[in-house]
Amino acid sequence: MELQAVLMAAGGGSRMMDLTYNTPKPLLPVGNKPLIWYPLNLLERVGFEEVIVITTKEVQKMISTDPKVKLDVKMKLDLVCIQEDADMGTADALRHIQQKVKTDVLVVSCDLITDAALHEVVDLFRAHNATLSMLMSKAHEFTETVPGQKGKKKTGEQRDFVGVDGTGKRLLFMANEADLDEGVVIRKSIMRKHPRMHIKTGLVDAHLYCLKKSVVDFLADNKSISSIRGELVPYLVRKQFSKSTNSPKVIDETHQNLKKNDSNISSRDEELLHLTQERSCWNDHRGDMSDAYHGGRLRCYVHIMDEGICYRVNTLAAYIEANRLAPKLFDEPAVHPSAVVSERCLIGADSIIGASCQISDKTSIKRSTIGVSTTVREKVKVTNSIIMHGVTIEEGCNIQGSVICSNAVIGRGADIKYCLVGSAQRIEPDAEVNITYHYKSITYNNCHKVSK
Amino acid sequence: ETQTKCGTISLFSHLHQYSRKAPLTQQLSIPSTVIHPSIVRLGLQYSQGIVVGSNARSVALLHAFKQVIRDYTTPPNEELARDLVNKLKPYISFLNQCRPLSASMGNAIKYIKKEISNIPSQFKEEEAKTKLQKCIDCYINENVVLAAKAISKYAIKKISDGDVILVYGCSSLVNHILCEAYDKSRKFRVIVVDSRPRLEGREALRRLVQRGISCTYVLISALSYILPEVSKVFLGAHALLANGYVMSRVGTSQIALVARTFNVPVLVCCETYKFCERVQTDSFVSNELDDPDDLMVTRKGKTQLENWHDVSSLGLLNLVYDVTPPDFVDLVITDLGMIPCTSVPVVLRVKNLEQ
Repeated sequence: MELQAVLMAAGGGSRMMDLTYNTPKPLLPVGNKPLIWYPLNLLERVGFEEVIVITTKEVQKMISTDPKVKLDVKMKLDLVCIQEDADMGTADALRHIQQKVKTDVLVVSCDLITDAALHEVVDLFRAHNATLSMLMSKAHEFTETVPGQKGKKKTGEQRDFVGVDGTGKRLLFMANEADLDEGVVIRKSIMRKHPRMHIKTGLVDAHLYCLKKSVVDFLADNKSISSIRGELVPYLVRKQFSKSTNSPKVIDETHQNLKKNDSNISSRDEELLHLTQERSCWNDHRGDMSDAYHGGRLRCYVHIMDEGICYRVNTLAAYIEANRLAPKLFDEPAVHPSAVVSERCLIGADSIIGASCQISDKTSIKRSTIGVSTTVREKVKVTNSIIMHGVTIEEGCNIQGSVICSNAVIGRGADIKYCLVGSAQRIEPDAEVNITYHYKSITYNNCHKVSK
Repeated sequence: ETQTKCGTISLFSHLHQYSRKAPLTQQLSIPSTVIHPSIVRLGLQYSQGIVVGSNARSVALLHAFKQVIRDYTTPPNEELARDLVNKLKPYISFLNQCRPLSASMGNAIKYIKKEISNIPSQFKEEEAKTKLQKCIDCYINENVVLAAKAISKYAIKKISDGDVILVYGCSSLVNHILCEAYDKSRKFRVIVVDSRPRLEGREALRRLVQRGISCTYVLISALSYILPEVSKVFLGAHALLANGYVMSRVGTSQIALVARTFNVPVLVCCETYKFCERVQTDSFVSNELDDPDDLMVTRKGKTQLENWHDVSSLGLLNLVYDVTPPDFVDLVITDLGMIPCTSVPVVLRVKNLEQ
């Protein structure tokens, strides 16, 4: 077997607590499908037949009991549960399943929505016998307004600096602004080997990694590494140029320990690989006297997507943007066949109506997503909004640029602009709610008419 | 009339045009199940040019076959001898689609298929697999490693102090010979001739200079300028054909021709496992067409040939191999000794008898 897929679905969604306080992040509806469906669908389309899914007990229960959460995948899912409060990082989770890992792994995050050609990432991993191969994408500006934010909020996130070589494929340098004190520090040994480096910011890390099995075993011996993106990847990138990895050490040591069982065969194989490289007149760089790859045994590669969809749904802005674009990723009809839609309503071409909905007369639904089992009464206008499952919208409401979470009830004639209504909240009839409030925090106290 | 469709040249329209833009791996599943992962990796390395050179490709192929044999289990009611050969067929055709097989690879495949078919039926699976692994190791050791040593020994006899040796492109065998000769304290200098688009001579130059050999580097257009200085020409070969023609990287026949004009001896170094039964007298009937986009060059940000597809009267041809007639070759150094070009059929006959 070449690769095993591991899907990380235990993350909390700490940057969008408004949405995730009631629904776990992997099950948030995007285009009326649970968020976790998107990476699973991606893996299924490229040909995986089974996936190890690391998730919480809560998510596992909801998947098996809740009829609205239908995963619709033919692959075999091996669910591994970890405690919600264990505070496990992604690397910790990988260490947790070390026994199940028998070959190289492809680690995917549950919040990745992309149409990337995965073979580009895996081909780099295969052709160069790489230790790490990852996917990144050029970041696109988010165009939709986010409820509760005045204008466009400057993301307070710190930049990632990614250094690649002339081909744009070999990963030379990776650091986050948070770890740098004054400036970007690049070691002379790297500059000597790769005098031309392109440093890019403004890239989105898709959190999709191909890792050699020896890395998983290395994690088992190094319990201090907790996060793949935060610690393991920068460590591997740095280790490429460390003097000690040019002779069998750290990662290769575990590699060799495991090979002790069939040592005769594999040492001959190593010789053959060495002979091949020696006889092949190929070099990955020119201008100095070194052999291919500068004799380094650890190599990290990255595939940077220029065009195409690649989103990590880990903030409210990303969630809204993803809902807008999600319909492009699957072929199902915009209006679910089981929805009851009255004839005298206007449903825009870019809206999605979920199963078992009831849309009454004279409603207008534009650029919106209506969730499963939602009821929309007469004369309602819904524009640029996301309505989750089981919501009831009474007559005459006007909802614009908002996110209404599951099981909420919007009273008659309410006017909601650029708001987020929390799960199971009720909006009083004739309420006017505007951009500056996150409605959920107010409705805890039995709402009343709210104005700017 | 040299154009049929825009971009294709009618003289070579019978050959398959390879393009790097449509990788075969797009159609394969991840993880690869139909084709063994080592074979997929090998195919990628061939098509991207990471494993290049006759010897390297054969060794890599046999290495991948070792992995395939290791992971192979005989299905019930099947014989290993027959089933394993059938299993190898789709892999070989996949590799052929990534990049056409070389003559050395063809001979290696013939050998391994013969060995598999000759496995006695009473052998248990583990025994058979171990025997096959040993055969592969033996084959590589004899035909690549030891052959290189033997050829070096003969070739060093032909290198005298004060020689100026001309080499073309990057032949692993010729580089090996020169490094061995240098280690045996022969005093000589090397002229490396290189040509576009592959510019493989740069890698040969690096390896020789790393050893300490003093080298000169020219492009093939300067060949007649540099030849008066040269005392011998050493060439590598991709394959030796049954009629004595030498098939090698495109440009080799030019080198041999001009060297003959200047009365400089041309020595071709080639292991016997690269001898093949094909007969060819020109470079058109069978060749490999590489990606024509490799011929485009970007200087100072401008690529003159950027839109060559749109120009209907322009076609780009990127040939990989050419054949050199035996009249231009003075000696062929093989692991069986130093033979004239016309003795190739004799060697083939002797090898067949041995088997």
